[in-house]
Amino acid sequence: MNLTLKVWRQKNSKEAGNFSTYQVNDITPDMSFLELFDVLNERLIAKGEEPVAFDHDCREGICGMCSMFINGRAHGPWQGTTTCQLHMRAFNDGDTIVVEPWRAAGFPVLKDLVVDRSAFDRVIAAGGFVSANTGNAQDANCLPVPKPDADDAFAAAACIGCGACVAACKNSSAMLFVSAKVSQLALLPQGQVERESRALNMVKQMDEEGFGSCTLTGSCEAACPKEISLENIARLNREYLMANLKKGLF
Amino acid sequence: MTKLNSKIPDGAIETKWAKYRSTVPLVNPANKRSIEIIVVGSGLAGSSAAASLAELGYKVKCFCFQDSPRRAHSIAAQGGINAAKNYQNDGDSIFRLFYDTVKGGDYRAREGNVYRLAEVSANIIDQCVAQGVPFAREYGGYLSNRSFGGTQVQRTFYAAGQTGQQLLLGAYSALERQIGLGNVKMYSRHEMLEVVTIEGKARGIIARDLVTGKLERHFGHAVLLCTGGYGNVFFLSTNAMGCNVTAAWKAHRQGAYFGNPCFTQIHPTCIPVSGDHQSKLTLMSESLRNDGRIWVPKQKDDTRKPKDIPEDERDYYLERRYPAFGNLVPRDVASRAAKERCDAGYGVGASKMAVYLDYAAAIERYGKAQANKLGIHNASPQQIIEMGKDVVKEKYGNLFEMYAKITGEDPYETPMRIYPAVHYTMGGLWVDYELMTTVPGLYALGEANFSDHGANRLGASALMQGLADGYFVIPYTIGSYLSADIRTKAIPTDHEAFVTAEKNVQDTLDKMMNIKGTKSVDHFHKRLGKIMWDKCGMARNEQGLKEAISEIRALREEFWKDVRIPGIQNELNPELEKAGRVADFLELGELMCMDALERKESCGGHFREESQTEDGEAKRDDDKFSYVAAWEYKSQGSFEVHKEELKFDIVHPSQRSYK
Ligand SMILES: Cc1cc2nc3c(=O)[nH]c(=O)nc-3n(C[C@H](O)[C@H](O)[C@H](O)COP(=O)(O)OP(=O)(O)OC[C@H]3O[C@@H](n4cnc5c(N)ncnc54)[C@H](O)[C@@H]3O)c2cc1C
Ligand code: SF4
Ligand code: FES
Repeated sequence: MNLTLKVWRQKNSKEAGNFSTYQVNDITPDMSFLELFDVLNERLIAKGEEPVAFDHDCREGICGMCSMFINGRAHGPWQGTTTCQLHMRAFNDGDTIVVEPWRAAGFPVLKDLVVDRSAFDRVIAAGGFVSANTGNAQDANCLPVPKPDADDAFAAAACIGCGACVAACKNSSAMLFVSAKVSQLALLPQGQVERESRALNMVKQMDEEGFGSCTLTGSCEAACPKEISLENIARLNREYLMANLKKGLF
Repeated sequence: MTKLNSKIPDGAIETKWAKYRSTVPLVNPANKRSIEIIVVGSGLAGSSAAASLAELGYKVKCFCFQDSPRRAHSIAAQGGINAAKNYQNDGDSIFRLFYDTVKGGDYRAREGNVYRLAEVSANIIDQCVAQGVPFAREYGGYLSNRSFGGTQVQRTFYAAGQTGQQLLLGAYSALERQIGLGNVKMYSRHEMLEVVTIEGKARGIIARDLVTGKLERHFGHAVLLCTGGYGNVFFLSTNAMGCNVTAAWKAHRQGAYFGNPCFTQIHPTCIPVSGDHQSKLTLMSESLRNDGRIWVPKQKDDTRKPKDIPEDERDYYLERRYPAFGNLVPRDVASRAAKERCDAGYGVGASKMAVYLDYAAAIERYGKAQANKLGIHNASPQQIIEMGKDVVKEKYGNLFEMYAKITGEDPYETPMRIYPAVHYTMGGLWVDYELMTTVPGLYALGEANFSDHGANRLGASALMQGLADGYFVIPYTIGSYLSADIRTKAIPTDHEAFVTAEKNVQDTLDKMMNIKGTKSVDHFHKRLGKIMWDKCGMARNEQGLKEAISEIRALREEFWKDVRIPGIQNELNPELEKAGRVADFLELGELMCMDALERKESCGGHFREESQTEDGEAKRDDDKFSYVAAWEYKSQGSFEVHKEELKFDIVHPSQRSYK
């Protein structure tokens, strides 16, 4: 396949960026999208030009590091698939592919396609945990968990923290990400003790990080490579409301 | 020759750790507050150590090169984590887990360490459940288990095919909690490039901020390296792209001995290489061998579709050769058996370097069981298959999906093609029972150390070891060192040792940037990988290893003359990061070959063609090689080996048999 790539190039967080166009030939359908970028970079280096900086690590769809906005879609055209698991079979010979970084106030661009997602870590630090110091635990089977709850908690816990939900949302809302963690712990007996403070603190931090509000357009769910469901947002809204009620705020 | 002191406590094996814990010197809470600890790495070992030490009151700084600690390579572990819980009532015990691990490691691990690992394994599951890790459960609400290679009990806990992810997110949440409380300061997108030693003790590190490119100095009373394995020396492996040996190698150059560097694990079930552009290999979890059957055609160069090959023309070679363990033989055995069949011309797929992993029988079996459970007695074959597929999907869905995305084939319909690939490194920094390297104050945890797996690691035991080290071992053992160090005040980083260390790092970076050669970093990495795979991979021999050593030396020279690193140093520069890592791999590769050459026996993952039994099994030589090879760095390309004799009081070495 021969392809035309329009790639966002930006030197650093301070300078403005723009698109550069590259022609890449002899791409095979069994290559992954990131291998396409390996090939592009190899050729740029050979020509003495600067390669495109992009984030990636596991290339197995699990670390959440890869993050390309491809032809107007976070992680590209395949449903439930990260950029690294997207394969060139998804494209046709002669296609033009536009590749941009995640764009959101909460995720400033560091260089080319690399953005700063540390806001997500700070949201987790605000409450995305069970306060169980090492050594405090009782025998694991003293705490049976109904299988449906365990399965739902697992489905929510599958979030890889990639930020595609934010990138896909016109408001740059981080609700899907935050709701996934809140749901996981709200569904489990272990999460009950800190249930209210967790919802309140995580939402507060999310707002402080500059993520927008949720208007339930559903574009986050459509872009999410782990198919985290919108039901989690509904659950977060309930959790948040209940927590505020308990605090007597409403 | 120096005598390596493994510091294994005296006494009966079941009492060693308990006795150690109740007699190890303690650091009181007030003193802990003024002691700083550097943790490099945020995988299972690093996150669990950083969080647990911070909970105890120490001041912790934690480093990782990814943009978030949650992305450490541990996240990719699929299949599960072992623990001697005996929840299945199938006869498991601490002793059995200990025994299986020593045997599985082909009698090249320390009994004392392995016993402790088995002892704390149960606590790990408790701790993870308390954190909210969503392990798989049965309908009654209790935890579910599966079996894994090299064992005959079901002791593996799992969360679908995402066990590493869920365990790491648990440890990460504990770490983030401590960050939020101000007890840990996290340095993401930072790469450690040097260990700073003062008066022979580790006192800090030099790290590069990967966004600005600036070098930073950090002091610590102790430094913990939790930096993972070095499988990427082979270029193609199942490891994440960033996995590297740099931190361990810098420590090695500062005096930390490297233990058994040639012990690498080649995992039997990975998606085969499809072309030259390939950047990494993808693992299909070992848990798939539970239910899948591995076979090749009985006929050479059989070009029929797998479905068209009748049952009696298939060679289920693992079941044939190893009836007792069948498809569940340990990894090294399964990998070599696949290589043997492919080398003999029975391989399948376009490259002929693959074997089938077939789920048809499992789908039918599960389908029938499901029909029975639901009381459907007249289910059609089609219904049975559909029900079976649903069960398989629940167990392995994400793996099947991954396979389909990568290969474009549907594994529910046609058998998967698999081939062995580099997966894990048993070798690593030599540590004693306290996890301290030969440099006082410098520790190594998780895959970065050499400690518990001998010459072959059993499936689901790396996650166990990483979390054992971080949650339950280091919080105790570090007290033994720090209790004598409570009077040491934080050393200002304008100390001469920091200045010199930073300057050395700076000089190396300058040197690398100034080569301005003609070939990319990947070019060199791929060539190194090929040498390693061909000559220090699944089978090794004297001639090949000698050739590899001289080829690597020549390649290293060429690298330092001709590598091209675009861009500048003081910016985000992924090519520069890679170059530093490949430079270290080019030194490590040589040492691995030297170690493999020196170890003339076959054991575990290390197969010397000169040492095999008549039917092609690995042949150990306990009289000559029952030791840990701990290599001391002298100068580039020059190393001295020290031997730690291994004593087996409990598990008596015998030729491993899985027949
Ligand atoms: C695909 C795959 C599947 C696996 N499945 C299983 C399984 O099912 N069961 C099992 O038991 N084991 C499994 N393993 C093995 C297991 O995942 C690893 O051995 C284990 O997770 C290693 O953990 P760790 O904490 O030692 O290191 P890692 O998780 O690799 O973490 C290393 C950390 O060190 C940091 N780091 C490295 N170098 C530097 C540096 N110079 N400066 C700063 N930071 C640095 C990294 O950023 C990272 O945070 C699997 C491995 C692979 C590859
Ligand atoms: S919710 Fe989905 S899109 Fe958002 S961070 Fe998690 S995995 Fe990524
Ligand atoms: S690189 Fe890890 S999810 Fe894509």
